[in-house]
Amino acid sequence: MSAQPFDPRARRADFPALGRVFSDGRRLVYLDNAATTQKPRAVLAATRRYYEESAGNVHRAVHRLAAEATGLYEDARQKIATFIGAPSPKTVVFTHGATEGINIVAHGWARKFLQPGDAVLTTAMEHHSNFIPWQQAVSARGATLRLAPVLDDGTLDRDAFRRLLTPEVKLVALTHASNVLGTINPVAELIREAHAAGARVLVDGAQSAPHLPLDVAALDADFLVFSGHKMLGPTGIGVLFAKPEMLDAMDPLLTGGEMISRVWDDHATWAEPPQKFEAGTPHIAGAIGLGAAVDYLAHLGHAALRQHEQKLTAYALEQLGALPGLKIFGRAPERLGVISFALEGLHPHDIAQFCDRDGIAIRAGHMCAQPLLRRLGVPAVSRASFHLYNDTDDVDALVASLLAVRKFFHAT
Amino acid sequence: MQLDDLYQEVILDHYRHPRHFAELTEGEALVDEENPLCGDHLKLDAHVADGKLTDVRIHCQGCAICSASASMMAEAVSDQPLEIIRRKAASFLALLRGEGAANEDELGDLLALRGVAEFPLRVKCATMPWHALEAALKRLAP
Repeated sequence: MSAQPFDPRARRADFPALGRVFSDGRRLVYLDNAATTQKPRAVLAATRRYYEESAGNVHRAVHRLAAEATGLYEDARQKIATFIGAPSPKTVVFTHGATEGINIVAHGWARKFLQPGDAVLTTAMEHHSNFIPWQQAVSARGATLRLAPVLDDGTLDRDAFRRLLTPEVKLVALTHASNVLGTINPVAELIREAHAAGARVLVDGAQSAPHLPLDVAALDADFLVFSGHKMLGPTGIGVLFAKPEMLDAMDPLLTGGEMISRVWDDHATWAEPPQKFEAGTPHIAGAIGLGAAVDYLAHLGHAALRQHEQKLTAYALEQLGALPGLKIFGRAPERLGVISFALEGLHPHDIAQFCDRDGIAIRAGHMCAQPLLRRLGVPAVSRASFHLYNDTDDVDALVASLLAVRKFFHAT
Repeated sequence: MQLDDLYQEVILDHYRHPRHFAELTEGEALVDEENPLCGDHLKLDAHVADGKLTDVRIHCQGCAICSASASMMAEAVSDQPLEIIRRKAASFLALLRGEGAANEDELGDLLALRGVAEFPLRVKCATMPWHALEAALKRLAP
């Protein structure tokens, strides 16, 4: 992999929040990137510029601000289409996040087309957002939900996946990368297997879009969703990609203004996609900000980003793995910089509290993946997750905090 | 931010050596509470005899604050009249809401948990056992 390397510590200057020093003198060490990332100045400036200069509504009025707003909004759509390899910006629907994208498909496709006796196949490593909408959809349609199990090393059980992929399965809903285990699933191969079995595939890209190159055309994904705020963009904005024929066949989840073609007293017809799925005034500033985030990531380069994160993850696994009593959940060879762990005899909340004292933000809890945690046999885990601005000094700070919390609780 | 205010010695003592804790199976417990934010889990069983709460047993999978709060609560309510327990529960919950408790002197060791009020994200950890107790009382003495 040839990549123009970048200096992660120098890049911190792009992110105002990372310069934060708390009242106790601690600097922020931000290791909760799988939950949400910090925002670079370019994203903040783009959203601010919209509000300060071009705050009109989109697709409606003829005045200048409306024209500027519409231009910026549609430019952002084009940038995102290019970023994910979508054939046309018309296949990119703005949502409020990955969750809404999945719900649009669960409502507008699954509930419309699933028949009693059909099945949806998902995995035991899904976030609740790629799990509960399918639970709801299958129960409404008399269909069933199947879970492909996870092996001890945190990878998907491919044999079981194939066994479960029977002709009843009409949809496979699959995460590209686990928010708990860090595992990157071989989505290209899994999509091929699913298509061969006659099933459509939804890929949850919430964890992968911030870190990995995506090419929906090469993957042949039927649906792909992700959230802006996990990839340097604003909160409240996300994307649903779907193949044109899927967008045509699906019903809209939300109806109202902006999404119509013609309205009569007793019925209405829908606008063409993507407007068909964007009822009401969208999050215009958010979409523009996400466009700027995508520019920032593209400028950095996926190869360089991946190289840096792989190196940092290897370092973190080595340092954390050397701590006595520390157990890491997930040892997949292909993985993201998402590391969930347990420290023997200590509750994740208490660990996170000590880290917070030292200015270190990690996550503690069930990670919105209760079915997975039940299988791991723990009610909660601690999780550190990286992005481009993290470096070995952040890992060293985490290790020092973990040593301190262990000492505090084990000193009797 | 001083963590010593949060993790006081008496709290650590209850965490390391919890009182009235037991393994409770699904059918045995009177109430089964879960904190949906963090996955902490607590089961509680008790009986009422002569207007007093007896045989308090708790099964707790929680952090130091949750476990210590459950253990201290069990000590504070065991073999106490229901009416005093209800008063203690109201006082304790008010204390954790930062409102100041009406009958503070009745709370005894439980006052060690008042520092939790300074850590808003941890208040639920300390109050969960008491919410479980309130649910149990509703079933035992409606």
